[in-house]
Amino acid sequence: MKILVGIKRVVDYNVRVRVLNDGSGVDTDGVKMSVNPFDEIALEEALRIKEAGNAEEVIVVSAGGDECQQQLRTGLAMGADRAIQIQTSESLQPLSVARALLKIIEREQPGLVILGKQAIDGDNSQTGQMLAALWDRPQATFASKMVLNGDTATITREVDAGLETIEVDLPAVVTVDLRMNEPRFVKLPDIMKAKRKPLDVISLGDLGVSVDGNLKIHHFAPPPQRQKGIMVEDTAQLVQELKNRGLI
Amino acid sequence: MSNILIIAEHDGEALNISTAKCVSCAQAIGGDIHIAVLGDGIDSIAAEAAALDSVGKVIAVNAGHLAAPLAANWAPEVISLAADYSLILGPSTTFGRDLMPHIAALAGVNQISDIMEVNGPASFKRPIYAGNAIIDVEAAEGVKIVATARTASWKAAGASGSAEVEQRPAGSSAAGHTRYVGLETAGGERPDLQSATKVVSGGRALGSEENFAMIYSLADKLGAGVGASRAAVDAGYCPNDMQVGQTGKIISPDLYLAFGISGAIQHVTGIKDAGTIVAVNKDTEAPIFEISDIGLAGDLFSVIPELESLLG
Ligand SMILES: Cc1cc2nc3c(=O)[nH]c(=O)nc-3n(C[C@H](O)[C@H](O)[C@H](O)COP(=O)(O)OP(=O)(O)OC[C@H]3O[C@@H](n4cnc5c(N)ncnc54)[C@H](O)[C@@H]3O)c2cc1C
Ligand SMILES: Nc1ncnc2c1ncn2[C@@H]1O[C@H](COP(=O)(O)O)[C@@H](O)[C@H]1O
Repeated sequence: MKILVGIKRVVDYNVRVRVLNDGSGVDTDGVKMSVNPFDEIALEEALRIKEAGNAEEVIVVSAGGDECQQQLRTGLAMGADRAIQIQTSESLQPLSVARALLKIIEREQPGLVILGKQAIDGDNSQTGQMLAALWDRPQATFASKMVLNGDTATITREVDAGLETIEVDLPAVVTVDLRMNEPRFVKLPDIMKAKRKPLDVISLGDLGVSVDGNLKIHHFAPPPQRQKGIMVEDTAQLVQELKNRGLI
Repeated sequence: MSNILIIAEHDGEALNISTAKCVSCAQAIGGDIHIAVLGDGIDSIAAEAAALDSVGKVIAVNAGHLAAPLAANWAPEVISLAADYSLILGPSTTFGRDLMPHIAALAGVNQISDIMEVNGPASFKRPIYAGNAIIDVEAAEGVKIVATARTASWKAAGASGSAEVEQRPAGSSAAGHTRYVGLETAGGERPDLQSATKVVSGGRALGSEENFAMIYSLADKLGAGVGASRAAVDAGYCPNDMQVGQTGKIISPDLYLAFGISGAIQHVTGIKDAGTIVAVNKDTEAPIFEISDIGLAGDLFSVIPELESLLG
């Protein structure tokens, strides 16, 4: 079985993102970029499945400009066997990404597709669900545990009410949550080795996918700021303050 | 004018409060508001939905394969109802986040996630980058809109209405490839985080599952719900469904009390809509104090017992 893992290049989670003064976007100048944290978890899970002898090949895929090759190389250094860049200069909305991933699926015929539950830039949380719909295969979102049993998988999902378990036939799309695993660190020799691993580039147009834009983003604004409040000296003052405000 | 179809969230017993919040969002958009209640044995839930203010009609679809809200089964059913509607709306809960993008893809459109404010019938505000930026998103003319309402941004609509309930036969059949096995809930009698007016939350500083009991005890004294940071959940001090933040629950209680939580951006994004934020942290430099209304620099292991005794 092959496993396909989607990787998105995003602003690192430690960066305090700032909106540009003219409202045209957020400041990404000189800002640290990383693999979307959920995608590292997705890749880690794929690698563990392969290491357990349940998959032969792990392929990382990213749709974006050439700069996303950096994140694909990180994926190769973590242990993926090869990488595919779906090249585009446009910023894609989830439906276009899902359509492009479907084209890759048709070529590669993976038994499992693992994505992050959300990209921490757009916070959309849509791509995996859309891919499952277009592919007409099962979806298991927000997964924190996955057990493969031949042609099916049992998946634990983190939902608002607790932990839900579902069973899906393979192939399927799984999107992972933070508690699935802890991604490994990349070691220096692996970075060297990754440089020799195959990275194929294919343009979005050649896949026959057009950029979909039913939604237009007009303006970026900083969020309303909460005013810094007061500091109290001790617990008694805290209780008094809460009483004064009618909160207890 | 929009024709809005809201997809009801429920657990097979009762309507989730997220549905009444979607109704408020739909009221702000304006237009005819209908609610679809899918499930198996849902008559009392459909009646609850019909009582929500400004709802014109409830469509109830009872079928065995709709008993659990599996997107593989629910999305095609919603699509079979969708022709008459210009906007399909669900909540930003895990239920809605799982289901709605599947519906959007079947309808061939991108989804508008997490509507926090309505500019006009096809223009909305939503947060991105963990709430560090708010964008205006506009949908193209005449194209169906599929969206989720950010539950923390909307108050539950009232329940003094009396809409007609129309029973419809299922327009879809079971996908078969996806099967529901079960749900494990932490249970308990405490108020649900999404609807609690007070929430007491604990972070990494609690140090152990045993110590986390202090948070439960204080919460029970206040009649509050219980939340946690990711660090506390990851360390196993409490169940995952208590996590508040970018990847947990986004909540809006009147009072939020954070004990031993540093105030990472991913946590803070989950509590920005709280009425009053109280932070207790022994580090006077902790970022949580930048956004708290009342801060107390102190050791939670002495503050919590003191609070309990002062509250009597
Ligand atoms: C992609 C991604 C998503 C994330 N999503 C979330 C999310 O949804 N929710 C979330 O919470 N986090 C999330 N995080 C994690 C987040 O970045 C922080 O790591 C986390 O919130 C820290 O939890 P904490 O404040 O409990 O722990 P810490 O940051 O370790 O803070 C502990 C605090 O306790 C204080 N303290 C220690 N002892 C005491 C004492 N005795 N009395 C009083 N105070 C004391 C310390 O001064 C410190 O400020 C996410 C991270 C990533 C990368
Ligand atoms: N441009 C992209 N290239 C590859 N994978 C992507 C891309 N965008 C999104 N994904 C995958 O889809 C997941 C969810 O993204 P989103 O729906 O944008 O929140 C991410 O965690 C990735 O695994």
